[in-house]
Amino acid sequence: MNIPADLKYCETHEWVRMEGETAVIGITDFAQDQLGDVTFVELPAVGATLIEGSEMGSVESVKAASDLFAPVSGKVLEVNPALESSPELLNSDPYGQGWMLKVQLTAKPATLITAEEYQKLL
Amino acid sequence: MKTVFAQSRPNRQGVMPARPASSKFSGVTAAMFLPEELLRKTPPALPQLAELDVVRHFTGLSRLNYSVDGNFYPLGSCTMKYNPKFAEVAAALPGFTAAHPLLAQLPGGEDMVQGSLEVIWETEKLLCELNGMDAFTLQPMAGAQGELTGALLIAAYHKAKNNKKTKIICPDSAHGTNPASAALAGYEVINLKSRDDGLVDPDALAELLDDEVAALMMTCPNTLGLFEKHLPALVQKLRAVDALLYYDGANLNAIMGRMRVGDVGFDVVHLNLHKTMSTPHGGGGPGSGPVGVSARLTPFLPGPRVVKNTGSADSTFALNYDLPQSIGQVTPFYGHFGVYIKALAYLLRLGGEGLSRASDYAVLNANYMRKRLENHLAVPYSDLCMHEFAASATAYEASGVRALDIAKALLDKGYHAPTIYFPLIVKECLMFEPTETESKETLDRFCDDLLNILEQARKDPDALHAAPVSLPVRRLDETRAAREMVLSDEL
Repeated sequence: MNIPADLKYCETHEWVRMEGETAVIGITDFAQDQLGDVTFVELPAVGATLIEGSEMGSVESVKAASDLFAPVSGKVLEVNPALESSPELLNSDPYGQGWMLKVQLTAKPATLITAEEYQKLL
Repeated sequence: MKTVFAQSRPNRQGVMPARPASSKFSGVTAAMFLPEELLRKTPPALPQLAELDVVRHFTGLSRLNYSVDGNFYPLGSCTMKYNPKFAEVAAALPGFTAAHPLLAQLPGGEDMVQGSLEVIWETEKLLCELNGMDAFTLQPMAGAQGELTGALLIAAYHKAKNNKKTKIICPDSAHGTNPASAALAGYEVINLKSRDDGLVDPDALAELLDDEVAALMMTCPNTLGLFEKHLPALVQKLRAVDALLYYDGANLNAIMGRMRVGDVGFDVVHLNLHKTMSTPHGGGGPGSGPVGVSARLTPFLPGPRVVKNTGSADSTFALNYDLPQSIGQVTPFYGHFGVYIKALAYLLRLGGEGLSRASDYAVLNANYMRKRLENHLAVPYSDLCMHEFAASATAYEASGVRALDIAKALLDKGYHAPTIYFPLIVKECLMFEPTETESKETLDRFCDDLLNILEQARKDPDALHAAPVSLPVRRLDETRAAREMVLSDEL
C-alpha cells in the first residue's frame, strides 16, 4: 500500500498536502483499493466552506457510496475538473492526477496524523 | 425482444370465451351513466396481438429473469423465500380482481366490497397480534414508503406533544433506507457506531441522546444477522428523553412467534410482506410495507381506516374518514391490495405455530450453512447467527480473488449471487440468507459448489476472474455501465 511520507492523513482515509496556506486534498491508495472502481465523485463547489470532520461530498464505486469528510477547515479554491469525466483517476493515481480539492485554510488542522500513524490504522 | 406495443399489428387478437353475463346487468353501458363529453370517441390504443404472440412474449421475459421458482436465491437481507401458489389462487379470486377500488367510496358501495374490506381489517388484526402492536395500516406500498410513513408518524406524535425534536439516530449497521427515510421526513440523521461484537451499545446510545432526539431506528436481528441483546436497556434510555423506538421489519423472518416487537417496547414497526409473508418480490411483484404502532401513535395513522360495526347481528365493515389527528392518506386507495391478500392467505395457512416454525427453520438453515462454510470463509462476528450471516472473503485477497469474483463464479453454477459488499462494516463481504423454504439437500449442494469455488480460488485464481463463462453474457463491465448509462426497452 502506497502511503507517501510527506503527506498528512486522517482516519477517514483522506490525505492532505500543504502548499503554504493552501491544502490539497484527496483520498488514499488504501481508500481507492477498498472502494474498487470509482464511478462518480461528488465534491463541494468552488467557494464552499469546509469544516474539519464534517461531510464534504461522496465517492461512488461499483461496491458502495461512501461519504467524504473534510480533513481541514477552509474555503474551496479549486476543484479537480478531470474527476467529473474521469473518476477512474482516483483509482489509477490517487495522490497525483486524482487530487480532489485545493482549500484555503481558515484554521490550523487539529486532527491530521502522520504517514506512520496512518499506516498503523490499516 | 420488442415490447408488446412494437409487436402490435391491426386486428390481431386472442380468444377467450366470455362468461355468460348476469341478466341483472345485460344491456348496461357506460353511456347510461356518463355525460356525453366523458364518453370515449376512439378505442384505447392497446396493443393488438395474437394469443401465441402474448404467450411467447411473457414466457420469454420470464426466462430473462432469475427467480426463486428457478433455483436457490441466497440473497442476504432480502428473504427470497418461495412464494406458495395457494396465495396466488386466493388473490386471483374474481371477487377481488373485479372489485373496483372506488366502489368502497361510493354511497352504498361499501355493501358491494364487504369481503375486500374484511381482508384489510383481518390482515391488520393478524399483524397486530403477531407483532404486539395496537394498530396497523396497510397503505405503504413497499418497505421504504413504510419507513417514511413511520418517520412521519413519529413527527406527528412529537408535534402533538409540543416536543422539539430534530434528530433520528441510526446504527451504522442500518439499511441505507433508514437514514434516507429519516432525512426525507426532515430529521437530522445521527450515526451510531456498533461495538466490536457488532451490536448496538446502550452506553454509546446514551452519549448521543438528548431532548432533541425523536427516535432510534433499529433492525433486529441486525444486518450482520445478530440478535440485538440490549433492547430493554435501549428502550429505557429512549423513554427517559421521550424518544421513540422504530423497528425496521426487514429481518422479521428470524423472530416470528418468538419475539413480539411491541412487547419489547417498539413504538413503530414497518414490515416487508414481500419478504416475511412470502409474497413475490423484486421484479416478480410489487411490495407491501404495512406500518404498525403502539397505542399512543394510533390516532396519527393514515386514513381512511377500515372499521367493524358490530351493532347488528351481522357485523359489517366500513371506511372511517373521521380521523382528525391522522397524517393523511399516504397512497392512492388502500395500498397494494393484491399483495396483502396473498399475505393474509399465508398468515392463515401457516397459523401461529407455522409462522414460529418458519422462523425457527430460517435460523436453523442459516446456522447450518454458516457451520459448513466457516472453515473456508471467515464469519467475523461468529456468534450464533439468526436468519442470515455476513462472511468475509479477505483470506483470498492475497491470491487476487475478491468477493465479486466468488459471486460471479456462483452464477456459473446456476445460483443467484449472495449480497456482496454489504454491510459495509464487513470487508469483502458475502452475505447469505437461505430462508426456511430450502431443503437440506439444496443447502448441501450449494455449500459443496461454493467450497469447490473457494478451492479454485486458491489453486487457479485466474479462472475465477474470467467467471461467468456459461451464461449468455460474460463478465459485464459494471464500471462502464455505471459511468455511461444507456436506457433501452430493447431486450
